[in-house]
Amino acid sequence: MSLALQTFPTVKDANTALQASGTRYLGGGTLVVRAANEGDVSVSDLVRVADPDLARIAVSGGKVKLGASVTMAAIARHPELAALAPAARAVGGPAIRNMATVGGNLFAPAPYGDFAVALLALDAAVVTADGEMPIETFLAGRDRSRAIVAAVEFSLPRAESFRFLKVSRVKPKGISVLSIAALLQRSADGTVASASIALGCMADRPMRAKAAENALLGCKLTPEEIAPALAAAGEGITPITDPIASAWYRAEVLPVHLGRLLLS
Amino acid sequence: MAKVPVQFTLNGSEKAEFIESGTTLLHALRDKIGDTSPKGGCHQGTCGACSVIIDGELRLSCLMLAETCSGADIQTAAGLAEGGMLHPLQRAFLDAFATQCGFCTPGMIIAAKVLLDHTPNPSREDVVEALSGNICRCTGYEPIIQAVLAAARANSQNAA
Ligand SMILES: Cc1cc2nc3c(=O)[nH]c(=O)nc-3n(C[C@H](O)[C@H](O)[C@H](O)COP(=O)(O)OP(=O)(O)OC[C@H]3O[C@@H](n4cnc5c(N)ncnc54)[C@H](O)[C@@H]3O)c2cc1C
Ligand code: FES
Ligand code: FES
Repeated sequence: MSLALQTFPTVKDANTALQASGTRYLGGGTLVVRAANEGDVSVSDLVRVADPDLARIAVSGGKVKLGASVTMAAIARHPELAALAPAARAVGGPAIRNMATVGGNLFAPAPYGDFAVALLALDAAVVTADGEMPIETFLAGRDRSRAIVAAVEFSLPRAESFRFLKVSRVKPKGISVLSIAALLQRSADGTVASASIALGCMADRPMRAKAAENALLGCKLTPEEIAPALAAAGEGITPITDPIASAWYRAEVLPVHLGRLLLS
Repeated sequence: MAKVPVQFTLNGSEKAEFIESGTTLLHALRDKIGDTSPKGGCHQGTCGACSVIIDGELRLSCLMLAETCSGADIQTAAGLAEGGMLHPLQRAFLDAFATQCGFCTPGMIIAAKVLLDHTPNPSREDVVEALSGNICRCTGYEPIIQAVLAAARANSQNAA
């Protein structure tokens, strides 16, 4: 392996260096150093930013800002982020969670990206030096992105309105067969007033289950009323096949697990 | 390849080296500094054999670049025994037959040490979770879990 690391004080300085070919940003390194160890010669240079702001968690007035270098372990133990802890704890084992960052998870290809699935359901904004953009737009263009992610921002969900589920075969820390995050606002009588559902492993990156979201509107969370949403969950999916599960299996079990999540 | 200065504390002693930029901490520890207690199993983050403690947190030295550890306090399994006496976790691993080929053992013990440092009286589930990033191809895990629980019990008896 032959890598060279450059450290910059600010995102702006590092952004320029990142434009050189073969250069990648170093977050926690769990994917990019692994790639270099594997002999991926497309990575020759790494850049990182030392700005402590990137490792900051800010929660105020119902808004959350997570710096891109915030780790899964830091989220999981933060007292005000209890609603997100299950999604942060879903990422790898303890050592991986101490290293894996929010920024890196946005780029992680399926079957990874469990935390990004949660951020997608929360409709987070992704902040770069050029401004911010909706996470859905960011994920769609991430392969061509040459900008450093500085932070993600979103409204803190109430614990009872946010649900997250990761399904894996190896306990306790196997990678995902699939993951699902759902943000559901309900009226006083229990009917769903708004629904945002994100799926992991149903494409090469996290995706929204828009047909299922629409089918849930006005429903109560009973097996009968959610049935049309479960039937619609498979619309537009192209699940991945890997050693953990085939695309066929993932598509078959998606409605089962979505049903469990909604009825839980 | 450019050499960069790296300075950190390893098991209580100051280390200062010039290393090639991009060198992993695992490589620097084993091949440059001569601490071969972290093992290179997979170099992929999946086996945990290279586990070390950095500033009190469990980390995988195969996925960390040594130059990002400047100023850090690093502990490895080689620093656990004191004055010729095995650390209680090392003793418990021997007593419980929790080590066979021994390749995973330093990583297991390091992961267990972080657990016991934060949670002196862990449940079985806590132990399983703490070791979930470490693979053992020999023992079947149960003796390892029992060893960690025994070390915790011995510690709390000493403290009482
Ligand atoms: C053993 C193992 C188990 C794992 N298990 C899981 C799991 O269960 N779930 C899961 O979701 N993931 C898992 N992962 C994948 C990975 O650890 C996480 O997705 C993690 O969040 C990636 O973050 P990182 O900071 O380590 O990324 P890095 O490896 O540092 O970076 C990954 C990519 O993102 C880019 N990047 C990183 N940060 C930024 C930034 N701020 N701006 C621009 N580009 C950036 C890098 O250039 C690189 O291309 C696992 C990995 C391993 C090795
Ligand atoms: S060698 Fe680092 S996790 Fe296997
Ligand atoms: S004792 Fe051989 S791998 Fe664990």
